[in-house]
Amino acid sequence: MTELKDKDQQAIIQLKDLSIFYGDNQAVNKINLDFYKNKVTAIIGPSGCGKSTVLRSINRMNDFIDILHTKGEVVYENQNILDKNLDPTRLRRDIGMVFQRPNPFPKSIYNNIIWGPKINGFLKNPDELVEKSLRRAALWDEVKDRLHDSALGLSGGQQQRLCIARTVAMNPSVILMDEPCSALDPKATIRIENLIDELKDDYTILIVTHNMQQAARVSDYTAFLYEGELVEFGETDGLFTNPVEKQTEDYITGRFG
Amino acid sequence: MSLSRSQKNSLFKFSCQAVTAISLLVLVVLLYHIMKEGFAYLNFDFLNHFPSRRPSRAGIKSALFGSLWIMGLTAMIAIPVGVCTALFLEEYTNRKNKWVKLVELNISNLAGVPSIVYGLLGLTVFVRFLGMDRSLIAGALTLSLLILPVIVVTTQGALRAVPDAIRYGAYALGARRYHVVFGQVLPAAIPGIMTGVILSMSRAIGESAPLIMVGALSFVAFTPESITDPFTVLPVQIYNWVGRPQEAFHGLAAAGIIVLLAVLFTFNIIAVFIREKFQRYKND
Ligand SMILES: Nc1ncnc2c1ncn2[C@@H]1O[C@H](COP(=O)(O)OP(=O)(O)O)[C@@H](O)[C@H]1O
Ligand SMILES: [Mg+2]
Repeated sequence: MTELKDKDQQAIIQLKDLSIFYGDNQAVNKINLDFYKNKVTAIIGPSGCGKSTVLRSINRMNDFIDILHTKGEVVYENQNILDKNLDPTRLRRDIGMVFQRPNPFPKSIYNNIIWGPKINGFLKNPDELVEKSLRRAALWDEVKDRLHDSALGLSGGQQQRLCIARTVAMNPSVILMDEPCSALDPKATIRIENLIDELKDDYTILIVTHNMQQAARVSDYTAFLYEGELVEFGETDGLFTNPVEKQTEDYITGRFG
Repeated sequence: MSLSRSQKNSLFKFSCQAVTAISLLVLVVLLYHIMKEGFAYLNFDFLNHFPSRRPSRAGIKSALFGSLWIMGLTAMIAIPVGVCTALFLEEYTNRKNKWVKLVELNISNLAGVPSIVYGLLGLTVFVRFLGMDRSLIAGALTLSLLILPVIVVTTQGALRAVPDAIRYGAYALGARRYHVVFGQVLPAAIPGIMTGVILSMSRAIGESAPLIMVGALSFVAFTPESITDPFTVLPVQIYNWVGRPQEAFHGLAAAGIIVLLAVLFTFNIIAVFIREKFQRYKND
């Protein structure tokens, strides 16, 4: 693995010997990985290598898959969040998630934003929150005149930014993104990428992508997974220009995947 | 003779249109007949009078009120129970569990049981065993049983049609199951649920057999005041008039049918209105 230049980076999430199984089928094998605060970390690798599985373990969305079980630890705020006694709903307020396909609720744009804060009981100033969140997601100007229209009337790219806005409205510390642009056209993709760049001042972002150019453009650190194993982790610039592992080099030069 | 693809296409289209036209025609003829016969009898007095042996003084007031009471009570019982049952089966149990499967299978089977059987059940359980006598509540409970399976099955379908992505999106915002089910899934399913409600309530309003079974009277000279009062309903009253020899009563029966259709129509309008209100946020 590459030596990290800035060793004083603070790890906000640590994967420790993380293994994940679907029944008898092991999808993730003993991964050790630190994610740094207020940085964008990209998880890359060919389809089926376990990227989404790893990401979903961080906000316990894997709980919904019956046959799945996990070994090892995911440490966040000095706690192993995989602990069965930990309340995953509390965790998910803090660690938000943006999905592969935009999934706005079949409600108004306004209600999409306030729903999370409302059910979690900290909604104080809805109008202000809606404006702030939509501005943060670079969507305000496009929707400010139709906040009470259905969110399903927005374009795909707008819907995805709305999903980012509703995540931001929860004021999380970490945002997980699972291939957030894979269902979008190139123009919408660029907008989301620019947005990620702005968001990292306030949030730690983990983004799964199988698009290497995207990883190179948006991330500070990159982790390369292959067949459930962590092959290489390092600063994005270094990893792309000077990979240590042969497999990484083959992958980023497009020899497979 | 072999037909080209486009010929087959237009032939099929034509057959479909013809079949639709025939059913519409039957409906129109039926309506025309009823209107022609019943319209002369349809006036405020008809709505505001109780039944009488003399056709000129007979009205439908008690049956109309009875039907409205029965519909209201049935809706109040069957919709919450049916929707909650479906919610429980879909959102709170594991669909792969064999007991759940068995229950679901039985519910779908119940939808096909003839209504007279429900009448018998109502008579045994509500009227006799629970001592409710010939009351509105016994009738409403019986009709609720009758329409529950349809409400449960259509509600299940509506809940299943809500994409899991909505559920996951909600959970990812720190929602608990309670919030996901009642704040996201149920509202998203309401248009579909209303369709089931319309279908089943339309069935309930036209039923007479099970209500006769539990003791709907054919001659009621008062409007019910409470759920323990005896009652009659529109179809029973209509049936009673049709069976009389005097011509005038047949006209009254036709007028009664018009009232029944009007009630049905009003009810459906309300349901469609609710459906549209929630549909607003669906596809656009
Ligand atoms: N729900 C599931 N049930 C069983 N196996 C699964 C499930 N989801 C993913 N897998 C398997 O786990 C492996 C990793 O999948 P995933 O994390 O989705 O990969 P990626 O996101 O990198 O494409 C794959 O081999 C896939 O077949
Ligand atoms: Mg994936």
